[in-house]
Amino acid sequence: MTALQARMATSKSGADFSASVMTIEIGPAHPAMHGIVRLTTQLDGELIVGMEPEIGYLHRGFEKESENSKWIQVIPYTDRLNYVSPLLCNIGYSMAVEKLYGIEAPRRAEFTRVIMGEISRITDHLTCVGAAAMEIGAFTFFLWFIKAREYLWELVEEMTGARLTTNWTRFGGNSMDLPDGFLSDLEDRLSKLEDIMEECDKLLTRNKIFIDRVKDVGAISKEDALSYGFSGPMLRACGIPYDVRRADPYSVYDELDFEIPVGSTGDCFDRFLVRMEEIRQSTSIIKQAADKMPEGPFMTDERMLHYPDKKDVYGNIEGLIDHFKMVMEGHQPPEGEIYMPTEGGNGEMGFYLVSDGSGDPVRVRLRPPCFNFVQAMPLMTVGHYVADIVPIFGSINMIGGELDR
Amino acid sequence: MDFLLEIIMTPAVLACIKIAVIILLFAMPLGTVLTLMERKWSAMIQDRVGPNRANIGKFTGHGLLHLAADGLKSIFKEDTIPKGANGFLYLIAPFFGLIAAVATFAIIPIAGPIGDFTFQVTDVNPGLLFIFAITSLNVYGAVLAGTSSNSKFALLGGTRASAQMISYEVFMGLALMGIFMVYGTTRVSGIVNGQNEYWFGDLVPMWGIFTQPLGFILFFTALVAETKRAPFDAPEGESEIVAGYFLEYSGMRWSAFMLAEYVSLVGVAALMTTLFFGGYHVPWLHLWESAPQWLVTVLQILKFTFFTVVFCWFQIQLRWTVPKFRFDQTMGLGWKKLLPLSLVNIIVTALVILTLA
Repeated sequence: MTALQARMATSKSGADFSASVMTIEIGPAHPAMHGIVRLTTQLDGELIVGMEPEIGYLHRGFEKESENSKWIQVIPYTDRLNYVSPLLCNIGYSMAVEKLYGIEAPRRAEFTRVIMGEISRITDHLTCVGAAAMEIGAFTFFLWFIKAREYLWELVEEMTGARLTTNWTRFGGNSMDLPDGFLSDLEDRLSKLEDIMEECDKLLTRNKIFIDRVKDVGAISKEDALSYGFSGPMLRACGIPYDVRRADPYSVYDELDFEIPVGSTGDCFDRFLVRMEEIRQSTSIIKQAADKMPEGPFMTDERMLHYPDKKDVYGNIEGLIDHFKMVMEGHQPPEGEIYMPTEGGNGEMGFYLVSDGSGDPVRVRLRPPCFNFVQAMPLMTVGHYVADIVPIFGSINMIGGELDR
Repeated sequence: MDFLLEIIMTPAVLACIKIAVIILLFAMPLGTVLTLMERKWSAMIQDRVGPNRANIGKFTGHGLLHLAADGLKSIFKEDTIPKGANGFLYLIAPFFGLIAAVATFAIIPIAGPIGDFTFQVTDVNPGLLFIFAITSLNVYGAVLAGTSSNSKFALLGGTRASAQMISYEVFMGLALMGIFMVYGTTRVSGIVNGQNEYWFGDLVPMWGIFTQPLGFILFFTALVAETKRAPFDAPEGESEIVAGYFLEYSGMRWSAFMLAEYVSLVGVAALMTTLFFGGYHVPWLHLWESAPQWLVTVLQILKFTFFTVVFCWFQIQLRWTVPKFRFDQTMGLGWKKLLPLSLVNIIVTALVILTLA
């Protein structure tokens, strides 16, 4: 029984709460609304009796902008979708275009993508769990996680030259190969991450106050979660082991050994535990991928997918023509439409692409995982106290960039 | 000259001088320095550097100048009054808390008496009951600020603050009953002197922490909740109700709230020292019979200051280690756990006293 039902049951029959309801605007500028979103909340005392999320404050027209760009020019835009795990968006979009082409990147490129993708997944989870914990008062925990995230972002910077605006993948491979000494740096950073994880685990996971704040808060049933279209850690916390990496294996995930952690009740505590375990699983995936890293090219050698070498441009007519066509017309995937789901930081991040065979995308559509979560906010919060908005909203990990696009 | 001395030695003037010395030289500076120390200490916990940028030329004093910078900033900030606020109540609300916080020091002795001269502003007969009365005043600050600001977040914060503080005053009183029973008085000087007794010859001092271990934990919890510091800072609720009852304040009035918080932090520490750690009495000092009076007084002040600083540190450490309670959990903890525990404490203490007597 929710607190609201309890209140209704104990009140005099026919009590009307509408007179005592106070409407309060949480957001768009509010400390707990990281990203920009407005929750118009109806409160009866401290109790939430109604809520209406309003999104769109960060709408930048990603999809429309993409239609006015060349295929390759969309990659930098995808950095800004989920800005705590930009590489996963890069990879997702590039793999979608590769699917449109019907090609695959070389194995070395795929293994590198797995490593970088999992690093991004870890940074995503670190940010989400850390920020949610910070808002219920565990500030130290948050800063320790930010320190861990910093180690990983240094790796991202080493690989791509940027921390956030990575713009790293290309169609049929990556823009850069592993830099010298990257794998040993990786090992070093992962062991530091594991130390921090262990420390933070001791600090928070069995803390009574923390458990009281998140346990049985914002729980959502399996059925509701499915009908709202949940995916990712939010769905797995409800007990459904759906992970795109396993359900519809892409890249080289089917060669790697990892487990999919699931929760049971779907409350904020389960989401916290699932994310913590996923960080550990991702660490193990990265290690396996680093061990199996094959030699070979990091970019496909097919024509019209990358600029020809300067030697060819100046040396033979095919190279010169290819270069001219790449500059003037860009990539020209064959006519068709595809949907390519990948496992983003928050859940299923799917790109729906339509090509008419010319150099311009006809449609680029993103399925943002946290859109569904924000939609279910009223379901998760009504009947809880106003202070519970904080852990619930923290646990859904709303990222304005991918939500509003 | 004699005439001047005579004026100074009149009780009223003497009390004023003591107030000035204890408050201006002890409580306020410690409270102010704590605002910086809290930032520095939390930075150490969190692997950060902390404030170190305010400077005069090349001199930064490890962030010490931030104290001056913060003060100056507050003074020069606009003192805003929100539209629709109750101007008068809004303007006076910040000072209730500050007055209550400072008034705590009126009955705390920081060293033993020399002849007739006491290092205590006044040793009132009701003693600690005075503290309870004064801390109740604290509630008005939060409630008036919350209701007069014309802001929904402030209103929520104000209601939370009033409910929490009124509840925790109940256990604060009950938790101290044990101390009153053990030392047989509510006078602060009586309690402090009672803690100068020893058990087993001269082995263990009869400090409050040893006679009332449960009372110590209960009273400390109640005091931390009373000052609305983490983990009991639901009235402030910085993540859900933004800043709670002082959301709309700016400039010096906002600083008054902050300063009240830190001064009462020192007040809590001083009270804990006085009631549970022997006050100013340096343990085993009586064994050194030939100690000169001035040295004894200096040692007493040092001991008192040391324990006070330790408790300030402890409260800061507490804030940066544990998450916050939700408002209803704060109330639940108080009424469902602390209240029965303090009643048990009273009964057990009474039984032990009866058996021993």
